Amino acid sequence: MADILNLAAANLLSPMVLFFALGLAAALARSDLAIPEAVAKGMSIYLMMAIGFKGGAGVAAHGLDATLILALIAGLILSALIPVVAFQILTRVSDLPRVDAAAVVAHYGSISIVTFLAATEALKISGIPAESYMVAVAAAMETPAIFVGLILAQSATSTSGSRGSSTGEVGNLDRTALREVVLNGSIVVLVGSFIIGWISGPAGLTSIESFIVSPFKGVLCLFLLDMGLIAGRGLRDGSKQLSPSVVAFGLYMPLVGAVMGLVAGLLVGLSPGGIALMITLSASASYIAVPAAMRLALPEARPAIYLPLSLGVTFPFNLVIGIPLYIAMATAVTG
Amino acid sequence: METFKKKRIEIVIEALVLKRLIAVFEDNQINGYTVYSAQAGSGKSGAWQADGVISGTNELRVVFCIVDETRVDQILDPVFKLISRHIGIVTVSDVDVIRGDQFD
Repeated sequence: MADILNLAAANLLSPMVLFFALGLAAALARSDLAIPEAVAKGMSIYLMMAIGFKGGAGVAAHGLDATLILALIAGLILSALIPVVAFQILTRVSDLPRVDAAAVVAHYGSISIVTFLAATEALKISGIPAESYMVAVAAAMETPAIFVGLILAQSATSTSGSRGSSTGEVGNLDRTALREVVLNGSIVVLVGSFIIGWISGPAGLTSIESFIVSPFKGVLCLFLLDMGLIAGRGLRDGSKQLSPSVVAFGLYMPLVGAVMGLVAGLLVGLSPGGIALMITLSASASYIAVPAAMRLALPEARPAIYLPLSLGVTFPFNLVIGIPLYIAMATAVTG
Repeated sequence: METFKKKRIEIVIEALVLKRLIAVFEDNQINGYTVYSAQAGSGKSGAWQADGVISGTNELRVVFCIVDETRVDQILDPVFKLISRHIGIVTVSDVDVIRGDQFD
Protein backbone atom coordinates (compact mmCIF):
# COMPACT_ATOMS: atom_id res chain seq x y z
CA MET A 1 0.00 0.00 0.00
CA ALA A 2 2.86 2.36 0.89
CA ASP A 3 4.41 1.62 -2.49
CA ILE A 4 1.20 2.55 -4.27
CA LEU A 5 0.94 5.82 -2.34
CA ASN A 6 4.59 6.63 -3.07
CA LEU A 7 4.00 5.93 -6.74
CA ALA A 8 0.88 8.11 -6.78
CA ALA A 9 2.74 10.94 -5.02
CA ALA A 10 5.70 10.67 -7.38
CA ASN A 11 3.32 10.78 -10.34
CA LEU A 12 1.36 13.74 -9.00
CA LEU A 13 4.52 15.74 -8.30
CA SER A 14 6.24 14.91 -11.60
CA PRO A 15 6.90 17.91 -13.88
CA MET A 16 4.65 16.34 -16.54
CA VAL A 17 1.55 16.21 -14.34
CA LEU A 18 2.31 19.61 -12.81
CA PHE A 19 2.61 21.24 -16.25
CA PHE A 20 -0.65 19.59 -17.24
CA ALA A 21 -2.24 20.99 -14.08
CA LEU A 22 -0.87 24.45 -14.93
CA GLY A 23 -2.48 24.33 -18.37
CA LEU A 24 -5.75 23.07 -16.92
CA ALA A 25 -5.85 25.80 -14.28
CA ALA A 26 -4.92 28.48 -16.83
CA ALA A 27 -7.75 27.43 -19.16
CA LEU A 28 -10.30 27.23 -16.36
CA ALA A 29 -9.21 30.69 -15.16
CA ARG A 30 -9.62 31.93 -18.77
CA SER A 31 -5.96 32.96 -19.10
CA ASP A 32 -4.86 33.98 -22.58
CA LEU A 33 -2.05 31.40 -22.48
CA ALA A 34 -2.08 29.45 -25.77
CA ILE A 35 0.33 27.19 -27.63
CA PRO A 36 0.19 27.95 -31.36
CA GLU A 37 -1.41 25.17 -33.34
CA ALA A 38 1.67 24.62 -35.53
CA VAL A 39 3.90 24.25 -32.43
CA ALA A 40 1.49 21.71 -30.92
CA LYS A 41 1.45 19.71 -34.15
CA GLY A 42 5.26 19.82 -34.36
CA MET A 43 5.58 18.59 -30.77
CA SER A 44 3.08 15.83 -31.43
CA ILE A 45 5.11 14.61 -34.42
CA TYR A 46 8.35 14.87 -32.41
CA LEU A 47 6.95 12.82 -29.51
CA MET A 48 5.62 10.08 -31.79
CA MET A 49 8.87 10.01 -33.74
CA ALA A 50 10.90 9.73 -30.52
CA ILE A 51 8.79 7.02 -28.90
CA GLY A 52 8.55 5.06 -32.16
CA PHE A 53 12.29 5.24 -32.78
CA LYS A 54 13.20 4.27 -29.22
CA GLY A 55 10.76 1.35 -29.36
CA GLY A 56 12.23 0.10 -32.63
CA ALA A 57 15.80 0.46 -31.36
CA GLY A 58 14.80 -1.45 -28.22
CA VAL A 59 13.45 -4.33 -30.30
CA ALA A 60 16.68 -4.36 -32.34
CA ALA A 61 18.71 -4.55 -29.12
CA HIS A 62 16.69 -7.24 -27.37
CA GLY A 63 15.37 -9.23 -30.32
CA LEU A 64 11.92 -10.47 -31.21
CA ASP A 65 9.96 -13.18 -29.48
CA ALA A 66 6.57 -14.82 -29.79
CA THR A 67 5.21 -12.55 -27.07
CA LEU A 68 5.39 -9.61 -29.49
CA ILE A 69 3.07 -11.36 -31.96
CA LEU A 70 0.70 -12.35 -29.15
CA ALA A 71 0.77 -8.81 -27.75
CA LEU A 72 -0.06 -7.38 -31.19
CA ILE A 73 -2.97 -9.82 -31.61
CA ALA A 74 -4.20 -9.01 -28.09
CA GLY A 75 -4.00 -5.29 -28.87
CA LEU A 76 -6.02 -5.70 -32.08
CA ILE A 77 -8.68 -7.75 -30.27
CA LEU A 78 -8.88 -5.27 -27.37
CA SER A 79 -9.24 -2.33 -29.73
CA ALA A 80 -12.16 -4.06 -31.47
CA LEU A 81 -13.75 -5.46 -28.31
CA ILE A 82 -13.62 -2.45 -25.98
CA PRO A 83 -15.97 -0.31 -28.17
CA VAL A 84 -18.55 -3.13 -28.21
CA VAL A 85 -18.50 -3.38 -24.40
CA ALA A 86 -18.47 0.41 -24.05
CA PHE A 87 -21.42 0.76 -26.45
CA GLN A 88 -23.50 -1.68 -24.41
CA ILE A 89 -22.74 0.32 -21.26
CA LEU A 90 -23.14 3.81 -22.70
CA THR A 91 -26.43 3.16 -24.47
CA ARG A 92 -27.87 1.73 -21.25
CA VAL A 93 -26.70 4.39 -18.82
CA SER A 94 -27.20 7.52 -20.93
CA ASP A 95 -29.75 8.97 -23.31
CA LEU A 96 -27.13 9.84 -25.93
CA PRO A 97 -28.29 9.27 -29.52
CA ARG A 98 -26.78 6.01 -30.72
CA VAL A 99 -24.75 7.71 -33.43
CA ASP A 100 -23.05 9.87 -30.77
CA ALA A 101 -22.59 6.81 -28.55
CA ALA A 102 -20.92 4.91 -31.43
CA ALA A 103 -18.51 7.79 -32.01
CA VAL A 104 -17.70 8.03 -28.29
CA VAL A 105 -16.94 4.32 -27.89
CA ALA A 106 -14.62 4.34 -30.92
CA HIS A 107 -12.45 6.79 -28.96
CA TYR A 108 -12.30 4.40 -25.99
CA GLY A 109 -11.28 1.42 -28.14
CA SER A 110 -8.45 3.40 -29.68
CA ILE A 111 -5.55 4.80 -27.66
CA SER A 112 -3.98 8.02 -26.41
CA ILE A 113 -0.30 8.04 -27.26
CA VAL A 114 0.43 10.81 -24.72
CA THR A 115 -1.13 8.75 -21.92
CA PHE A 116 1.10 5.90 -23.10
CA LEU A 117 4.15 8.21 -23.01
CA ALA A 118 3.29 9.40 -19.52
CA ALA A 119 2.91 5.79 -18.35
CA THR A 120 6.28 4.92 -19.91
CA GLU A 121 7.91 7.79 -17.99
CA ALA A 122 6.14 6.79 -14.75
CA LEU A 123 7.48 3.24 -15.17
CA LYS A 124 10.99 4.63 -15.67
CA ILE A 125 10.65 6.72 -12.49
CA SER A 126 9.55 3.57 -10.63
CA GLY A 127 12.40 1.52 -12.08
CA ILE A 128 10.03 -0.98 -13.71
CA PRO A 129 11.23 -2.15 -17.15
CA ALA A 130 8.75 -2.78 -19.96
CA GLU A 131 8.90 -4.43 -23.38
CA SER A 132 10.18 -1.94 -25.99
CA TYR A 133 7.73 -3.25 -28.57
CA MET A 134 4.68 -2.01 -26.66
CA VAL A 135 4.82 1.05 -28.91
CA ALA A 136 4.02 -1.27 -31.84
CA VAL A 137 1.02 -2.55 -29.87
CA ALA A 138 -0.04 1.07 -29.39
CA ALA A 139 0.08 1.63 -33.15
CA ALA A 140 -1.88 -1.57 -33.79
CA MET A 141 -4.62 -0.43 -31.40
CA GLU A 142 -5.18 2.93 -33.13
CA THR A 143 -7.54 1.89 -35.93
CA PRO A 144 -9.64 -1.27 -35.31
CA ALA A 145 -11.85 0.70 -32.91
CA ILE A 146 -12.63 3.20 -35.68
CA PHE A 147 -14.09 0.47 -37.89
CA VAL A 148 -16.04 -1.07 -35.00
CA GLY A 149 -17.41 2.37 -34.08
CA LEU A 150 -18.59 2.91 -37.64
CA ILE A 151 -20.22 -0.52 -37.78
CA LEU A 152 -22.01 0.26 -34.49
CA ALA A 153 -23.17 3.58 -35.95
CA GLN A 154 -24.49 1.87 -39.08
CA SER A 155 -26.34 -0.76 -37.07
CA ALA A 156 -27.67 1.90 -34.71
CA THR A 157 -29.22 3.94 -37.52
CA SER A 158 -30.56 0.94 -39.40
CA THR A 159 -32.30 -0.46 -36.31
CA SER A 160 -33.50 2.70 -34.61
CA GLY A 161 -33.67 5.25 -37.39
CA SER A 162 -32.01 7.69 -35.04
CA ARG A 163 -30.47 11.01 -36.03
CA GLY A 164 -28.33 10.59 -39.08
CA SER A 165 -27.91 11.36 -42.71
CA SER A 166 -30.93 11.46 -44.93
CA THR A 167 -28.79 9.91 -47.65
CA GLY A 168 -28.22 6.71 -45.70
CA GLU A 169 -24.46 7.25 -45.65
CA VAL A 170 -23.99 7.11 -41.89
CA GLY A 171 -20.71 5.48 -40.97
CA ASN A 172 -19.91 4.88 -44.60
CA LEU A 173 -16.14 4.61 -44.99
CA ASP A 174 -15.40 5.05 -48.69
CA ARG A 175 -12.01 4.35 -50.23
CA THR A 176 -10.75 7.89 -49.74
CA ALA A 177 -11.78 7.92 -46.08
CA LEU A 178 -10.30 4.46 -45.57
CA ARG A 179 -6.96 5.65 -46.94
CA GLU A 180 -7.08 8.76 -44.75
CA VAL A 181 -7.81 6.69 -41.65
CA VAL A 182 -5.17 4.02 -42.28
CA LEU A 183 -2.54 6.56 -43.38
CA ASN A 184 -3.34 9.01 -40.59
CA GLY A 185 -0.22 11.12 -39.97
CA SER A 186 0.18 9.99 -36.36
CA ILE A 187 0.14 6.32 -37.36
CA VAL A 188 2.56 6.87 -40.25
CA VAL A 189 5.13 8.69 -38.11
CA LEU A 190 4.80 6.24 -35.19
CA VAL A 191 5.08 3.06 -37.29
CA GLY A 192 7.63 4.59 -39.65
CA SER A 193 9.89 5.71 -36.78
CA PHE A 194 9.53 2.30 -35.13
CA ILE A 195 10.73 0.61 -38.34
CA ILE A 196 13.60 3.11 -38.76
CA GLY A 197 14.62 2.55 -35.13
CA TRP A 198 14.47 -1.20 -35.64
CA ILE A 199 16.60 -1.03 -38.79
CA SER A 200 19.20 1.37 -37.39
CA GLY A 201 19.28 -0.23 -33.93
CA PRO A 202 21.08 1.06 -30.82
CA ALA A 203 23.85 2.59 -32.98
CA GLY A 204 21.24 4.68 -34.79
CA LEU A 205 19.72 5.73 -31.49
CA THR A 206 23.13 6.80 -30.16
CA SER A 207 23.77 8.89 -33.29
CA ILE A 208 20.61 11.00 -32.77
CA GLU A 209 20.37 10.68 -28.99
CA SER A 210 20.83 14.39 -28.39
CA PHE A 211 17.64 15.03 -30.40
CA ILE A 212 15.54 11.97 -29.63
CA VAL A 213 16.35 11.27 -25.96
CA SER A 214 17.63 14.33 -24.09
CA PRO A 215 14.94 16.91 -24.99
CA PHE A 216 12.14 14.35 -24.81
CA LYS A 217 10.92 15.04 -21.27
CA GLY A 218 11.02 18.81 -21.73
CA VAL A 219 8.99 18.60 -24.93
CA LEU A 220 6.56 16.23 -23.22
CA CYS A 221 6.10 18.81 -20.42
CA LEU A 222 5.38 21.57 -22.93
CA PHE A 223 3.00 19.29 -24.82
CA LEU A 224 1.21 18.41 -21.59
CA LEU A 225 0.89 22.11 -20.78
CA ASP A 226 -0.96 22.42 -24.08
CA MET A 227 -3.02 19.31 -23.31
CA GLY A 228 -3.96 20.89 -19.99
CA LEU A 229 -5.13 24.01 -21.82
CA ILE A 230 -7.17 21.92 -24.26
CA ALA A 231 -8.61 19.76 -21.48
CA GLY A 232 -9.53 22.88 -19.49
CA ARG A 233 -11.28 24.44 -22.48
CA GLY A 234 -12.97 21.10 -23.16
CA LEU A 235 -14.21 20.92 -19.57
CA ARG A 236 -15.42 24.52 -19.67
CA ASP A 237 -17.32 24.10 -22.93
CA GLY A 238 -18.22 20.45 -22.47
CA SER A 239 -19.92 21.01 -19.14
CA LYS A 240 -22.82 22.50 -21.11
CA GLN A 241 -23.07 19.47 -23.42
CA LEU A 242 -22.19 16.49 -21.21
CA SER A 243 -24.78 14.97 -18.90
CA PRO A 244 -23.64 13.59 -15.50
CA SER A 245 -24.11 10.00 -16.75
CA VAL A 246 -21.83 10.66 -19.74
CA VAL A 247 -19.18 12.32 -17.53
CA ALA A 248 -19.37 9.33 -15.17
CA PHE A 249 -18.85 7.04 -18.18
CA GLY A 250 -15.66 8.97 -18.98
CA LEU A 251 -14.41 8.14 -15.47
CA TYR A 252 -15.34 4.47 -15.09
CA MET A 253 -14.90 3.29 -18.69
CA PRO A 254 -11.09 3.56 -18.37
CA LEU A 255 -11.33 1.16 -15.42
CA VAL A 256 -13.40 -1.30 -17.48
CA GLY A 257 -10.81 -1.09 -20.25
CA ALA A 258 -8.04 -1.44 -17.66
CA VAL A 259 -9.42 -4.75 -16.41
CA MET A 260 -9.67 -6.04 -20.00
CA GLY A 261 -6.08 -4.91 -20.65
CA LEU A 262 -4.90 -6.57 -17.44
CA VAL A 263 -6.43 -9.91 -18.43
CA ALA A 264 -4.94 -9.64 -21.93
CA GLY A 265 -1.49 -8.74 -20.56
CA LEU A 266 -1.53 -11.72 -18.21
CA LEU A 267 -2.69 -14.11 -20.95
CA VAL A 268 0.04 -12.89 -23.30
CA GLY A 269 2.69 -13.27 -20.60
CA LEU A 270 4.00 -9.71 -20.53
CA SER A 271 6.30 -8.39 -17.82
CA PRO A 272 4.76 -6.21 -15.04
CA GLY A 273 5.84 -3.09 -16.96
CA GLY A 274 4.38 -4.46 -20.20
CA ILE A 275 1.11 -5.30 -18.45
CA ALA A 276 0.96 -1.77 -17.00
CA LEU A 277 1.35 -0.38 -20.52
CA MET A 278 -1.26 -2.78 -21.95
CA ILE A 279 -3.65 -1.65 -19.19
CA THR A 280 -2.88 2.01 -19.94
CA LEU A 281 -3.50 1.54 -23.67
CA SER A 282 -6.81 -0.23 -23.00
CA ALA A 283 -7.87 2.46 -20.52
CA SER A 284 -6.94 5.47 -22.64
CA ALA A 285 -9.13 7.26 -25.17
CA SER A 286 -8.00 8.71 -28.48
CA TYR A 287 -8.08 12.42 -29.28
CA ILE A 288 -6.09 12.58 -32.51
CA ALA A 289 -6.80 9.75 -34.95
CA VAL A 290 -10.38 8.92 -33.99
CA PRO A 291 -11.87 12.45 -33.90
CA ALA A 292 -10.47 13.07 -37.38
CA ALA A 293 -11.86 9.76 -38.65
CA MET A 294 -15.26 10.48 -37.09
CA ARG A 295 -15.45 13.90 -38.75
CA LEU A 296 -14.76 12.26 -42.10
CA ALA A 297 -16.89 9.14 -41.85
CA LEU A 298 -19.48 9.99 -39.20
CA PRO A 299 -20.03 13.76 -39.29
CA GLU A 300 -23.51 13.31 -37.81
CA ALA A 301 -21.90 12.53 -34.44
CA ARG A 302 -21.22 15.61 -32.34
CA PRO A 303 -17.57 16.47 -31.58
CA ALA A 304 -18.94 18.55 -28.69
CA ILE A 305 -19.65 15.22 -26.95
CA TYR A 306 -16.69 12.99 -27.81
CA LEU A 307 -13.86 15.53 -27.68
CA PRO A 308 -14.50 17.02 -24.21
CA LEU A 309 -15.21 13.54 -22.86
CA SER A 310 -11.95 12.10 -24.15
CA LEU A 311 -9.78 15.18 -23.54
CA GLY A 312 -11.45 16.89 -20.62
CA VAL A 313 -12.54 13.90 -18.52
CA THR A 314 -10.72 10.65 -19.38
CA PHE A 315 -7.28 12.06 -20.23
CA PRO A 316 -6.85 13.98 -16.93
CA PHE A 317 -8.26 11.02 -15.00
CA ASN A 318 -5.74 8.66 -16.56
CA LEU A 319 -2.85 11.07 -16.17
CA VAL A 320 -3.42 11.86 -12.50
CA ILE A 321 -5.13 8.79 -11.01
CA GLY A 322 -5.13 6.09 -13.69
CA ILE A 323 -1.42 5.63 -14.41
CA PRO A 324 -0.29 4.99 -10.80
CA LEU A 325 -3.33 2.76 -10.35
CA TYR A 326 -2.54 0.75 -13.49
CA ILE A 327 1.10 0.30 -12.46
CA ALA A 328 -0.07 -0.81 -9.02
CA MET A 329 -2.53 -3.28 -10.60
CA ALA A 330 0.18 -4.75 -12.82
CA THR A 331 2.72 -5.13 -10.02
CA ALA A 332 0.11 -6.52 -7.60
CA VAL A 333 -1.09 -9.30 -9.90
CA THR A 334 2.41 -10.31 -10.95
CA GLY A 335 3.65 -10.42 -7.35
CA MET B 1 -11.03 50.91 -66.78
CA GLU B 2 -13.02 48.10 -68.34
CA THR B 3 -14.13 45.38 -65.92
CA PHE B 4 -15.85 42.04 -66.46
CA LYS B 5 -18.73 40.50 -64.51
CA LYS B 6 -17.86 37.15 -62.87
CA LYS B 7 -19.08 34.97 -59.99
CA ARG B 8 -17.09 34.44 -56.78
CA ILE B 9 -17.84 31.14 -55.05
CA GLU B 10 -16.69 31.03 -51.43
CA ILE B 11 -16.80 27.83 -49.41
CA VAL B 12 -16.06 27.54 -45.69
CA ILE B 13 -15.29 23.89 -45.07
CA GLU B 14 -13.73 21.61 -42.45
CA ALA B 15 -9.97 21.30 -42.93
CA LEU B 16 -10.28 17.52 -42.96
CA VAL B 17 -12.56 17.67 -46.02
CA LEU B 18 -10.42 20.14 -47.95
CA LYS B 19 -8.62 17.49 -50.03
CA ARG B 20 -11.95 16.20 -51.29
CA LEU B 21 -13.10 19.68 -52.22
CA ILE B 22 -9.90 20.25 -54.17
CA ALA B 23 -10.55 16.94 -55.95
CA VAL B 24 -14.02 18.23 -56.91
CA PHE B 25 -12.41 21.38 -58.29
CA GLU B 26 -9.90 19.37 -60.30
CA ASP B 27 -12.63 17.07 -61.65
CA ASN B 28 -14.46 20.17 -62.88
CA GLN B 29 -11.38 21.83 -64.37
CA ILE B 30 -11.33 24.63 -61.77
CA ASN B 31 -7.63 25.39 -61.89
CA GLY B 32 -7.69 28.70 -60.09
CA TYR B 33 -8.65 28.83 -56.42
CA THR B 34 -7.29 30.19 -53.12
CA VAL B 35 -7.33 28.56 -49.69
CA TYR B 36 -6.81 30.23 -46.34
CA SER B 37 -7.31 29.28 -42.70
CA ALA B 38 -10.07 30.46 -40.44
CA GLN B 39 -8.79 31.08 -36.91
CA ALA B 40 -11.93 31.18 -34.80
CA GLY B 41 -15.62 31.79 -35.00
CA SER B 42 -19.04 30.92 -33.77
CA GLY B 43 -21.96 29.08 -35.34
CA LYS B 44 -24.96 26.88 -34.59
CA SER B 45 -22.87 24.59 -32.36
CA GLY B 46 -21.27 27.45 -30.43
CA ALA B 47 -17.86 29.13 -30.48
CA TRP B 48 -14.78 27.38 -31.82
CA GLN B 49 -11.08 28.11 -32.30
CA ALA B 50 -8.40 26.40 -34.35
CA ASP B 51 -5.63 26.55 -31.71
CA GLY B 52 -5.14 23.55 -29.54
CA VAL B 53 -6.97 20.61 -31.03
CA ILE B 54 -4.21 18.73 -32.82
CA SER B 55 -6.55 16.30 -34.58
CA GLY B 56 -7.57 19.11 -36.93
CA THR B 57 -11.17 18.52 -35.94
CA ASN B 58 -11.76 22.17 -35.07
CA GLU B 59 -10.07 23.69 -38.10
CA LEU B 60 -11.92 25.36 -40.93
CA ARG B 61 -10.61 26.48 -44.30
CA VAL B 62 -11.97 29.14 -46.59
CA VAL B 63 -11.75 28.37 -50.29
CA PHE B 64 -12.73 30.75 -53.05
CA CYS B 65 -12.66 30.72 -56.80
CA ILE B 66 -13.86 33.13 -59.46
CA VAL B 67 -15.61 31.68 -62.48
CA ASP B 68 -17.85 32.59 -65.35
CA GLU B 69 -21.57 32.58 -64.51
CA THR B 70 -22.21 29.70 -66.90
CA ARG B 71 -20.13 27.36 -64.73
CA VAL B 72 -21.67 28.07 -61.33
CA ASP B 73 -24.20 25.22 -61.31
CA GLN B 74 -21.62 22.77 -62.65
CA ILE B 75 -19.49 23.50 -59.57
CA LEU B 76 -22.19 23.92 -56.95
CA ASP B 77 -23.87 20.54 -57.52
CA PRO B 78 -20.84 18.37 -56.61
CA VAL B 79 -19.80 20.83 -53.88
CA PHE B 80 -23.22 20.55 -52.26
CA LYS B 81 -23.08 16.75 -52.52
CA LEU B 82 -19.71 16.81 -50.76
CA ILE B 83 -20.55 19.14 -47.92
CA SER B 84 -24.15 18.06 -47.30
CA ARG B 85 -23.07 15.93 -44.32
CA HIS B 86 -20.33 18.28 -43.10
CA ILE B 87 -19.98 21.77 -41.72
CA GLY B 88 -19.98 24.16 -44.65
CA ILE B 89 -21.01 27.61 -45.79
CA VAL B 90 -21.29 28.29 -49.50
CA THR B 91 -21.88 31.74 -50.91
CA VAL B 92 -21.99 32.99 -54.48
CA SER B 93 -21.50 36.67 -55.13
CA ASP B 94 -21.12 39.00 -58.11
CA VAL B 95 -17.68 40.47 -58.62
CA ASP B 96 -16.02 42.70 -61.18
CA VAL B 97 -12.59 41.62 -62.37
CA ILE B 98 -10.05 43.47 -64.46
CA ARG B 99 -8.65 40.52 -66.39
CA GLY B 100 -11.75 38.65 -67.55
CA ASP B 101 -9.87 36.10 -69.63
CA GLN B 102 -8.25 34.71 -66.45
CA PHE B 103 -11.55 33.41 -65.09
CA ASP B 104 -13.49 31.10 -67.41
